[in-house]
Amino acid sequence: MKILTMPSFGADMAVGTIVKWNVKPGDHVSKGDIIASIETMKGLIDMEVFNDGIITALLAGEGDELEIGCPIAELQLKNEEYSNNRPEKIEESVNSQSVEVQPKPKPAVSHEVASNSSVSQNISDEVSRVLTDEKVKSGDSLNTQRPKISPAARNKAEKLGIDWRQLTQGTGPDGAVLLDDINIADKRSASDSVKDPSSMMREAIASTVSRSKRDIPHYYLQLDMVLDNTLTWLNHYNADLPPSKRILSNAVIYSAIARALISFPMFNGFYQDGHYQSSDTVHLGNAISLRQGGLMVVAIHDAQHLGLVELMETIKDQVNRAKNGGLRMSEMQDATVTVSNLGDRGCDTIQSIIFPPQVAIIGIGRQRTVPWVIDNMVTSKTIVSMGLAADHRVSDGHSGARLLNKINKLLQTPERLV
Amino acid sequence: MKSHNLTYREALKIAISEAMRHDKRVFLMGEDVGNYGGCYAVSKGLLEEFGTDRVIDTPLSESGFVGAGIGAAIGGMRPIIEVMTVNFSLLALDQIVNNGATLRHMSGNQISVPLVIRMATGAGKQLAAQHSHSLENWYAHVPGIKVLAPATVADARYMLCMALKDPDPVILFEHVMLYNNSAAIPEPEDCPDMHQAMVRKSGTDISLITYGGSLSKTLQAASELETQGISAEVVDLRCLRPLDTHTLFKSVDKTHRVLVIDEGWRTGSLAGEVCALVAEHCFWSLDAPPNRLCSKEVPIPYSQHLERAATPQIEQIVEAALILLNRDVT
Amino acid sequence: MNVDNSKVHMDIAHLQFLFKQMLRIRRFEEKCAELYTQEKIRGFLHLYIGEEAVAVGVMQALKNEDAVFATYREHGHALARGLSMDKVMAEMFGKVTGSSRGRGGSMHIFDVEKRFYGGNAIVAGALPLAVGLALANKIQKKHDVVVCFFGEGAVAEGEFHESLNLAQLWQLPILFVCENNGYAMGTALAISESEQHVFRKAQSYGLRAHSIDGMNVVEVESAATQYCQIIRKGDGPCLLECNTYRFRGHSMFDTQLYRESDEVESWKSKGPIIKLQRWLEANGKLSSAELKLIEDQVADEINQSVAFAESSEVEDVSDLYLGVYAEAGS
Repeated sequence: MKILTMPSFGADMAVGTIVKWNVKPGDHVSKGDIIASIETMKGLIDMEVFNDGIITALLAGEGDELEIGCPIAELQLKNEEYSNNRPEKIEESVNSQSVEVQPKPKPAVSHEVASNSSVSQNISDEVSRVLTDEKVKSGDSLNTQRPKISPAARNKAEKLGIDWRQLTQGTGPDGAVLLDDINIADKRSASDSVKDPSSMMREAIASTVSRSKRDIPHYYLQLDMVLDNTLTWLNHYNADLPPSKRILSNAVIYSAIARALISFPMFNGFYQDGHYQSSDTVHLGNAISLRQGGLMVVAIHDAQHLGLVELMETIKDQVNRAKNGGLRMSEMQDATVTVSNLGDRGCDTIQSIIFPPQVAIIGIGRQRTVPWVIDNMVTSKTIVSMGLAADHRVSDGHSGARLLNKINKLLQTPERLV
Repeated sequence: MKSHNLTYREALKIAISEAMRHDKRVFLMGEDVGNYGGCYAVSKGLLEEFGTDRVIDTPLSESGFVGAGIGAAIGGMRPIIEVMTVNFSLLALDQIVNNGATLRHMSGNQISVPLVIRMATGAGKQLAAQHSHSLENWYAHVPGIKVLAPATVADARYMLCMALKDPDPVILFEHVMLYNNSAAIPEPEDCPDMHQAMVRKSGTDISLITYGGSLSKTLQAASELETQGISAEVVDLRCLRPLDTHTLFKSVDKTHRVLVIDEGWRTGSLAGEVCALVAEHCFWSLDAPPNRLCSKEVPIPYSQHLERAATPQIEQIVEAALILLNRDVT
Repeated sequence: MNVDNSKVHMDIAHLQFLFKQMLRIRRFEEKCAELYTQEKIRGFLHLYIGEEAVAVGVMQALKNEDAVFATYREHGHALARGLSMDKVMAEMFGKVTGSSRGRGGSMHIFDVEKRFYGGNAIVAGALPLAVGLALANKIQKKHDVVVCFFGEGAVAEGEFHESLNLAQLWQLPILFVCENNGYAMGTALAISESEQHVFRKAQSYGLRAHSIDGMNVVEVESAATQYCQIIRKGDGPCLLECNTYRFRGHSMFDTQLYRESDEVESWKSKGPIIKLQRWLEANGKLSSAELKLIEDQVADEINQSVAFAESSEVEDVSDLYLGVYAEAGS
C-alpha cells in the first residue's frame, strides 16, 4: 500500500490544488499514467503515478488546496516488493485520516504586500533621490543627553579610576571627552595621592557655587519666626508616639515652606539661557551634608502635597540613603528650590548661595529662646531665623518679604499642615 | 650603463619572463600582449623570447579567454591572463565569479584553478567614465579568489611569482599611475608574503590605511602631517582578500584613530569593509570614529580638474586626518 | 549534409549495450522525478528523458583520457561517462558521499577522476572552460579530445561565438556537441535565432560541422567517432548538432505552456529507446525475457543507489569552509 501525496514540482512551490482527478477508486494504473491535474502558481502540471497498481481511495477532492506532502490518494501496489515503501508513511496516513483538509490560505496576504510596496514606492519617489556622499550628515543620529566620550578615553578613565562624568566638557567634537582630556585630568589629580570621589565632589561644588556667585544677582531677606505654636502642637501630637513615629519640627517647617512657595512661582523654578520657567510643583531640595565632606541636595518631590507624616518619612528615608549611596537620579536632579538647615550646627542665621538653575534658597538657623515683646510686654519665645536668598533677575524684595511672611503664617497653625 | 633603478613596468616584465623560464606550464594570454607588446608595454619583447605558444594574443573575447584560462588551469597549465583593464573585466565577470571562484568548493574540493589574472585599474589619466573604474572591492567580495594590489616596485617584482605558486585563482591589480614609478632594484626581502599588509611608515597618532595607487598620495600626506607635528602611520594593505587584519588591528590599537584612503566609490567600498572591521575589533581603542576618504559618487569625469576633484587627493587626506585628530584645519 | 551511415562496427552485443545504457538513464531520471516530488531531491531538476541517445552515443567515441563538459541537464552524461550511480544519486540527495560531497546537487556533478567537469548552470558558461582545457592539451601535445555538450539555447550567448572562434583560430582538439531540443526553457528556437541551423553557424567560423538525428544512437555514435578521429589527428575542432527532444518540461516545475502536447507525443513515438527497442525486437535480438532481465537489473541498480543515498550522511557543517581555498600545504 502506498500513500500518494501532493507532489513538489519545485523549490518555489508550497501548495497545490487538485483541479481534476483522472482516476477513481478501483481504477488500474500503470507507471507514468497521469492521474491528476495540479494547479500551481505557474499553471497546470500533470501528476504522474510512479508505480503499477490499483487506486483504492482518493483522500482529497477536486478543488482542494493542499500543502506539499499531504496525502491525496491510496495506491494498492501491483508489485508488493516495492522497496521504497516506507512503513512510517502508512502510519502517518492512518493518523491523518481524520485530519481536515487544509483551509485555503488567504491570498489577501500577497495583495497586501503588493499594495504596501506600491505605497512605499510612492513615498520614496517623493523623497529626494538616494543621497550618498556629500549629503550624509552626522547628527541625523539620535541626539541623546548622554555625555560623549570616546571608547579609548572611557577605557583609560576606567583603568585610572577617574570618574569621567565629573568632567564638565571634553575638547572633542560636541564636547566629547577624548583621550587627551583624560590624560590631563589624570595629571591634575596626580598631586592627590589617592583619587577619591570626595575631592571630585569638592571640585564639582566649587565649580557650581563659583558659577552661582558669578551669574546670579543675589538679594537677602530675613525673618525671625515664632515657633511656639508649632512646638506645642508637636508635643501634643508626639506625646504617645514611639520615637520612630514622631514628627520633628523640621518637617513642619519644610511643609510650610513648600505650601507657601506654590503661591510664589517666582521663587520656584529654573533660570536658563536668559529665560525663567517656573515650576508648577515644588520639588523641595533638602541640602544634606555628608559625613565624608561635601553636600548633596535631595529633592522631595511634590512636597506641597505631602502630609506631615509622609514628609517626615521621606526626609528620614532620604537622609539614610544619602549616607549609604542609594539616591535616585531624579532625587539628585529635580529640586526646584533648596532648603538649607544649619540649625543643628548652631548657627543663628544663614545667607546661602543659590544652586543654579534654581532661583531661591531658604536657610534655616537654630531654634533659640529669646526675649520677645508682645503687646508691650516682654516674654520669652522660641524663634527660628529664616533667611531667603533669591535671584533678583526673577523676583524682588517685596515678593520675598511676602513669601517669608506667608511661611510664618503657616507655621502658626501647624495643625493645618497635617 | 645599467641603471640602479627599476620601473614598476619593468619589474612586472622581469617577473613574468622569469616565471615563464622556470616553469613551462606558465604562459601569458590576453589582448595585445604579444605583437603589440602589451597595452602598458609590460610584455614588450616577450613574444620574441618565448614565441606564440607561450605569449598568446587573443581576440577581443574577455569572457572567452578568461574562461579559457580557467579551463587551461584545470588542464594542468599555469596561465597568466591579462585583462587589459578592470573596466573590460566586467565582460568576464561570469567566468571569474561563477567558475573561477566556485569550482573548487562546488566540486567538493576536487578541482584546483591555479590561475593568475592581471588587470590594470584606477583613474588619473583623463580616460573618463568607462576607463577609470576601481572595482577591486567587487572581486574582494567573492570567496574563492584572492586579490592583490602591488603598490611598489618590489611588490610588482615579486608578488606575481607568489601568486603563480598559489593553487587558487589570484587577481593582481596594477594601478595605471604606477607603471612609470621607479625605485631601487628590489631584493626578495623587500616583498613580504603576498598575504601580508605592510607598515610603510611607522607612527603613533593616526593610522592611514590604503592600497595600490593611493599609497604614494598617502605617504605624501603623512609627510605633510609630520611638519605639523603629527606622527601618522601608513599601512599598505597589499592583499585585499584576504585582508591582513592582524597588522590592521595592531596599528589602530596603537594609534587610536583610523582613516582609510580608497579610490573606489565610498558606497559599498573596500574602505567600508575596513572601517567595519575596525569598529568591530578595535572599538575600545578608538578615540575618534573610523573614517574613509574615497572617490566622489560620480562617474569619473574627463576634464583634469574634475577628475582631480572626484578622486582622493593629498590635501584631502591631510584635512581628514586633522579633523580626526581634533586639530584645526588651517 | 548527412553523415554517410558508414556503420561503425556494431555488433548485437554492442547494440544491446547501448540499449541498456539508454534505459539505465531513462529509469534513473524517472526515479529522480519521483524523488523530487517527494522533496528528497531539492533545488532544480532537469531531466534528460528523450535525449539519452546523444550522451550515450557520444561517450562511445571517448577514451578515459578525454574530458567532458556538460550542462545542468547532465545526469545522463555522468552515468554514460561511467560515474557510479551511487555517487550521482547521493549527490542529488546532497549527501557527503555524492560526487561533489553534496555541495553541487543536480546541476553540479563533477568527477575529476573520470575527467567529468560538470554540471555547469550558466548557459554557455562551460564553453570557454572547454576551450581552455583543449588549449592545455594542445600545448602539452596531448591527443586527447575535450567534448563540450550544450543546448541550442547557448548559441545565443556571446561565449558560444567567442569559444568557437578561439577553438578554430587556435585549432584546438575540441568537439562541440549541440543538443538541439528545440526549446531554451520555454523559448522555441524559431523565435530566438535568425539562423536556426546551429551547424551552419559553426561552419561560418570555419569549423567542420553537420547535423544528425539525435534520436538515433547508432548515428550519434558513428558521427562522434568520425569527428573524434579527425580531432585526435590535430585537424581542428568540430561541431555536431544533434536534433533531439526532451519529453518532459525544462525542469520539474514547468507547465509547458509553450508547446503542444501533440508535438510531445509525436516525438515520444520516435524516442531513442523505443526506436532501438523496436529494431532489436523486430530482428529477434531482444526477447521479452531479455528485456525483463535488463529492466530488473536497471531497477536493482537504481534501488540500490537510492538506498545508498538515503543511508549516507550529510557533510559535517564544520567542513563548510573546506575547499573555498586550497588547504595549506596542498
